[in-house]
Amino acid sequence: MSAPITTTVDVNGHPCRVWTKGQGPKLGFLAGLGGLPRWLPFLDRLAETHTVIAPSLPGYPGATGHTELDTHLDWVLAVRQLIDKAGLAGADLVGASVGGAFAAEMAAIFPGHVRRLALIAPFGLFDDNEPAGDPWAQRKEVLPGVMCADGEKWNELVAPPEGANSVEWPIEMTRASEAAARAFWPLGNTGLQKRLGLIASPTLILWGDGDALLPPSYAQKFATGISGGINEATRVEIIAGAGHLAYLDQPETVARAILRHFS
Amino acid sequence: MKLMWFHLMPYTELPEDFNKKHPSVWVDIHSSLFDPKRAHHMYNDFMDELEYAAELGYDAVCVNEHHSNGYGLMPSPNLIASSLARRTTDTALCVMGNSLALYNPPTRVAEEFAMIDCISGGRRIAGFPVGSPMDPCYAYGQNPSLLRERYLEAHDLVKKAWTEKDTFAFNGRYNQQRYVNIWPRPIQNDPHPPIWIPGGGSIETWRWCAEMDYVYCYLSYYGYKAGLATMQGFWNEMEKLGKDRNPYRAGFLQFVGVAESRQQALDLYSEPAEYFYGRCLHIDPKFATPPGYVTEATQRSGIQGMMQKAANVANPATKAALKATNMKDIVDGGYVLIGSPDEVVEQIRHVGTSLNVGNLMLLLQYGNMSKDTTKYNTRLFAEKVMPKVKDLFADWEHKWWPKPMAKSQRAAIPAFRPQTVAAE
Repeated sequence: MSAPITTTVDVNGHPCRVWTKGQGPKLGFLAGLGGLPRWLPFLDRLAETHTVIAPSLPGYPGATGHTELDTHLDWVLAVRQLIDKAGLAGADLVGASVGGAFAAEMAAIFPGHVRRLALIAPFGLFDDNEPAGDPWAQRKEVLPGVMCADGEKWNELVAPPEGANSVEWPIEMTRASEAAARAFWPLGNTGLQKRLGLIASPTLILWGDGDALLPPSYAQKFATGISGGINEATRVEIIAGAGHLAYLDQPETVARAILRHFS
Repeated sequence: MKLMWFHLMPYTELPEDFNKKHPSVWVDIHSSLFDPKRAHHMYNDFMDELEYAAELGYDAVCVNEHHSNGYGLMPSPNLIASSLARRTTDTALCVMGNSLALYNPPTRVAEEFAMIDCISGGRRIAGFPVGSPMDPCYAYGQNPSLLRERYLEAHDLVKKAWTEKDTFAFNGRYNQQRYVNIWPRPIQNDPHPPIWIPGGGSIETWRWCAEMDYVYCYLSYYGYKAGLATMQGFWNEMEKLGKDRNPYRAGFLQFVGVAESRQQALDLYSEPAEYFYGRCLHIDPKFATPPGYVTEATQRSGIQGMMQKAANVANPATKAALKATNMKDIVDGGYVLIGSPDEVVEQIRHVGTSLNVGNLMLLLQYGNMSKDTTKYNTRLFAEKVMPKVKDLFADWEHKWWPKPMAKSQRAAIPAFRPQTVAAE
């Protein structure tokens, strides 16, 4: 696995890291909870046929500036700047978990900005009858199993790499969690439901069948919100053997589904 | 030294197997454990105890704020304080809530504190906690990443509401109000009621208290031994900032059980202490660290080890998991001071001088301690301990104590006479 190219863009006066790798049409990726503390096999698979561009949201690994963002409008406009400055306007966009909610917002509010959309267990809705779990109230030993079907995948994501600063690394991981909380506390409900119907991009919704955080039944709610249900424009695929961060549990299956959608 | 009588108002009838059957005393404690008719008696007992302490001459009675909490039945300490304002005469009323970020608009806090200040004739101390994570972030759903900024802004609004003479517009980042003009206004208006800040061991809070000239209160449940490092850190920081060592800059919480002898104290107070440290501090660690609650600066110093000890002590959830729940360890650890009056005198003087704390907040009721035992503890302390420790720090001026109206100018409150119900 070779390293991606690292560049930095400015959002509200704060640096945000952009990772780029691969050849071919552009494909943006907004990561889920935890962000991208390291490059992933899943992204390598996408980079075989695409120029994968993964900007870090404010506060996520490689980026700061979440403390400037007080309202959901602030967040949406920060993500829009990030998409523009990373050169992703008009490209295909993949968003997962918290990044998925923002990818959906981009497609809904700025339709020219997102060509085709793939959402992996996106945040943004909350159903009283099937309440979403609380990612910010989990015992340490339970958290990995809430994030991934195979908790080890989460542990691998957040483990300090060799040579990491032992003081700053855990702070950076907590900052990513704080940034997510700042945008989605307490329930993950950003009122996205009201805007789903504005999404005109062909949309693929992927959900791990073992998602312990957001019930897989939410996939149908997204499809219904976007285009009245599953149809040609909006498809749903449930990923076997995957938890909330399905791209960590089943990178090959998730990547293949996305590449099919974007082909 | 100021001796202040503090009530947490714990639910006193949590079952013996509480820790086995229930994950947490806080946030998601089950409603089936709460019997409102029993709570009727608890509240009335607790308020009797506070009034009794006032009668016996404690310098202040203290209440605080908790939510969804089995050891703290005061979501609104202001309700209790307003009752105490009528049923006490000279005692200061120390309200160690309100958690400012929980009120929208925070102007409400300015108003209610001003009301109590007026009713009590200017006896109120205004405590402004951020709140432990369980209260603001989980029980009240406040965003941990915004909590401190909201708290600081709410503080600015409340203080301005107390001191600004004309109606003003408050154009904050989180609070916007076109017309701020509270009625009533506090009696203590030179410049405002004393502000005390309960906090953990964060350097930022110490610096802020110094800058604003507020009293810093370290309200740990783990006593003077565990609190020593934090208070030393506080005084070191004051020295760096060029502040004097006036002990009245600081408050500290200490559990005490006094009896005729040490053995009698053990006999009387073991059960309520073990109830408190066992059942009342049984907190699910999943509610300990909402991301953003601890600032990055404090995280950094914690990880670097400088503040590790203080940070742990300040966090009730992680601390509880590690701490003793049997009386021997509770006493050895200094969580609860016990002994004969003279033994307690010696320990209180040691706590005061070693921590350099002029405002000692005493927990003389804890856990499932009965009203009789609480009154016994309270009376014995008042009669046999208080006179022998009050002289501590007599050379220092207390600049942060309420300045009430002269007694001769205050309203005469008629004595409370229970109505006898006539038989039909």
